[in-house]
Amino acid sequence: MSEPSTIVIGGGATGVGTARDLAMRGIDVTLLEKGNLTHGTSGRMHGMLHSGGRYAVTDQHSAEDCMKENRILRDIASHCVEMTGGLFVQMPEDDDEYFQQKLEGCRECDIPAEVLSAEEVLEMEPYLSEDLERAIHVPDGAIDPFRLCVANAVSAENHGARIETHSEVTDLLTEDGEVVGVEVEHKSGSGSRVHGAAGETEEIYADHVVNAAGAWAGEIGAMAGVDVEVIPSKGVMTIMNVRQVDMVINRCKPRGNADIIVPHETTAILGTTDEEVEDPEDFPEEKTEVDFLIEEMSKMAPILEESRTLRSYWGVRPLYEPPGTGTEDTEQVTRDYFLLDHTERDGLDGLSTIVGGKFVTYRKMAEATADHVCELLGVDAECRTADEPLPGSEDGAILSDAMDRYGLRSPLARRNKQRLGSRYDDVLSGADPNPVVCDCEGVTRAEVQDAIESAGTDLNSVRQQTRASMGTCQGGNCSHRLAAELHPEYGEAAARAALEELYQERWKGQRHALWGEQLDQATLNHALHASTMNRDRDPTDVSVDFESFDAGHAVADGGESDGD
Amino acid sequence: MPWPTGVSPMAIEDDVLVIGGGIAGLTSAIAAAETGARTRLVTYKQSTLGNASGLVDVLGYAPGDDAPRADPYDALAELPSEHPYSKVGADAVREGLALFDDAVGDDYLGNHSEANALVATHAGSVKPTARYPRSAAPGLVSDDRDMLLVGIDSVTGFDAPMAADHLSAAGVPFDVRGETVRFPKSFPQDADVTRYARALDRDESVDDGTVREVLADRVEAVLEDERRVGFPAVLGDSRHEVVRTELQDRLGVDVFEVPTGPPSLPGLRLEDALYDAAEDAGVRITSGNPIVDYDADGGRVEQVLMDRMGSEVAYEAQQYVLATGGPVGGGIESDRGGVEESIFGLPVEHPDDRYEWFEDDVWGDHAYTEFGVSVDEDLRPVAGEDAQFENLRAAGNVIGGYDFATEKSGSGVSLATGYVAGSEAGELI
Repeated sequence: MSEPSTIVIGGGATGVGTARDLAMRGIDVTLLEKGNLTHGTSGRMHGMLHSGGRYAVTDQHSAEDCMKENRILRDIASHCVEMTGGLFVQMPEDDDEYFQQKLEGCRECDIPAEVLSAEEVLEMEPYLSEDLERAIHVPDGAIDPFRLCVANAVSAENHGARIETHSEVTDLLTEDGEVVGVEVEHKSGSGSRVHGAAGETEEIYADHVVNAAGAWAGEIGAMAGVDVEVIPSKGVMTIMNVRQVDMVINRCKPRGNADIIVPHETTAILGTTDEEVEDPEDFPEEKTEVDFLIEEMSKMAPILEESRTLRSYWGVRPLYEPPGTGTEDTEQVTRDYFLLDHTERDGLDGLSTIVGGKFVTYRKMAEATADHVCELLGVDAECRTADEPLPGSEDGAILSDAMDRYGLRSPLARRNKQRLGSRYDDVLSGADPNPVVCDCEGVTRAEVQDAIESAGTDLNSVRQQTRASMGTCQGGNCSHRLAAELHPEYGEAAARAALEELYQERWKGQRHALWGEQLDQATLNHALHASTMNRDRDPTDVSVDFESFDAGHAVADGGESDGD
Repeated sequence: MPWPTGVSPMAIEDDVLVIGGGIAGLTSAIAAAETGARTRLVTYKQSTLGNASGLVDVLGYAPGDDAPRADPYDALAELPSEHPYSKVGADAVREGLALFDDAVGDDYLGNHSEANALVATHAGSVKPTARYPRSAAPGLVSDDRDMLLVGIDSVTGFDAPMAADHLSAAGVPFDVRGETVRFPKSFPQDADVTRYARALDRDESVDDGTVREVLADRVEAVLEDERRVGFPAVLGDSRHEVVRTELQDRLGVDVFEVPTGPPSLPGLRLEDALYDAAEDAGVRITSGNPIVDYDADGGRVEQVLMDRMGSEVAYEAQQYVLATGGPVGGGIESDRGGVEESIFGLPVEHPDDRYEWFEDDVWGDHAYTEFGVSVDEDLRPVAGEDAQFENLRAAGNVIGGYDFATEKSGSGVSLATGYVAGSEAGELI
């Protein structure tokens, strides 16, 4: 008897987490993602590892889940997590009673919480406003969603899963009232993405299909005629070029807009807003949202008013509430997750949908989904994802040993280590020479080549895995160098197309930061790429009359001349 | 304006004061000094030439062109009236180039012809330019000799096999091949190109000889029938001609450099050559501190104020040239609310809505790439129609109304406007 088979749709945290969980239980899994991993909401979040404190007053069930998963992720994904700690800061206009409710709520949800005086807070975070009243300290942290999702996918693959990115599900195949598989369009053939490779369509059959498409879950459901009423809710995030704070900073007021700062690697991310949109792929990105975010956050951290921002981006939350709940304000919609059993709900076999929830609770959502699928398929296997570390987080000791082995100088070495975790040795051994490709983020050739192994020519995926081109210059100095790393294997045309795509993607976010120093940077990038490299009028696209140009003249300096 | 505290009562006096140390500032200062005016150039930082390729573009494309223009003067005639070239005219471009040729002497070629040359870029594209460093000359792509490009495996800015394939895709009239070699000496993985250049300058010793000898051996091993070999622009700094000539002699073929991005050695060498020329012309140079403010009376600039570690020093002249550059050079500054010139607060035309400063396509026809002051026919910055100060002229990229990167005109506009601003200022003395 062949092993039971499943298809997971969606390469965000929930999808890769579910694929990993199922694969670890011995089930055959194919994961299909229409973009690269984290293409949707997972790649466009603020990178906060919630303690649950944010939900401790009004959404305690979510808060408890957050805290439990926060603890688990610190163990199984240590190389993706930075435990910064977090503060709920009370400003003079914020209510004392709410502060008290927050403190009690945290305690009720088993979230360690401690009150700090204004003086103590300002000693830890000197850029916060001197007007602040006090704060509650909680175990919030920062998490790298790209690294986490890639690690889950790698683990799933190690357990036999097939991971297909740039593969869009175009239909659910049904027979006799049961979903039996999917039709999928591989944009550049199956396997890693290669620019310019021909696309192909494939039908894949499986015993069960899991819809983990997040904000797109409704579209997938509709392919089999079932309603999944996801409420897509957009939020803006703005990236600062330095870490003005070292802890996650929350404003201690009822959940609202523009009230979080998350220190993330070399940057700090401001978030966010909450507004329902019609289409998760096409919604307005507005200046007023960026201005609002900066102005609101400056009340808590005045330095932000004049600080340099690198870019802004928007994410779309896949909120869900059962039909008939009728919450009007998206900010008040529960952050709980829902596992929809379509047999019970719609009389449709072969399909489950997992929707809602938080990034931080992805593993628990995956566990619940895998439990459900196992039960349906008659598989008796325990979930092990809470105990087994992800690739890269297996052994902290390897890290300290490897410090000097590759001639990496601190802080380069430290950053390489943080990103690679215990995979450090595998990735860097054999890389000689190993020059830095991205100066801003200190990313070396070995890391880039390692990412290319799974990403193919998708430089945006290489970027997410390595942070290359995510620093101050936003790819101005390194995007062409990253493309050159593709050349030996994929050829010049594919490398050029990949460069164009990365460079355009980097521009997309910078548009929202186009003033002050980042406008200066954009002007410099434009000069380097258009003037120095002439990439804007690439001669491969036009016919050039070479003979009409200056052919030089005899150069009488010891070498040969062209004799004219 | 009242005297701020800490201002030195004794102003430093000259006839012409040029603010800014890039190509436009240096050209203005040389042009002014050549009229006999006592001229001073003040510059805050090292100029932005470390970012520049070292090529001197005049005009590669007219509006709407896809293919590069062989004759920049033809293209010049098609520019809109607000373009700085239209303000100063083609003769000023020729005068600016003549000043340049004189200033840099043998270091640059291209003045035997008014036609543009085509040069390979480090990305493997080709670009039209008017003057090129001697070290780039054998690499012209209008020349039909076969070419070998050589990259260095630890220098990531120039991938020779990829650049060669790109040039082939562009249809260049010769065969071109790329090879990658190892540099004879190893450096820390984040070493920048100046470290490689210094090793070649000093011809440092390595196991099997010297850096130059071993590099030549390694290239010889991969050289086939090509008559010219191109390297990334790392072939020496202060002794670059010695390094390149030795490699040519050892290999028996022409050797050239492909201009690369920052830090750009050809840009830094150009900067050195222009500073030398300015000193030879008698320009006094003051560097290291910014001009932060000014004092005006009745439509004339009376003096400008330098911030020297917290105290202000006055510089006084009869004529002033503003050559502080665009946003990269610091001459133009912006915030979420708007854009203006940095020292005099001169108006810069820009859409009110910040979201109209850009297009969604990175190669689109952006407003922000043309930010700069508007000027009259005498290059005096204006608000509306009116010159703001009768004795203040602008030169180079602080002037708006053109996108040098897209049209490939960066140095040319600086030379032409620098020549006009500097010589007119000098002649008024």
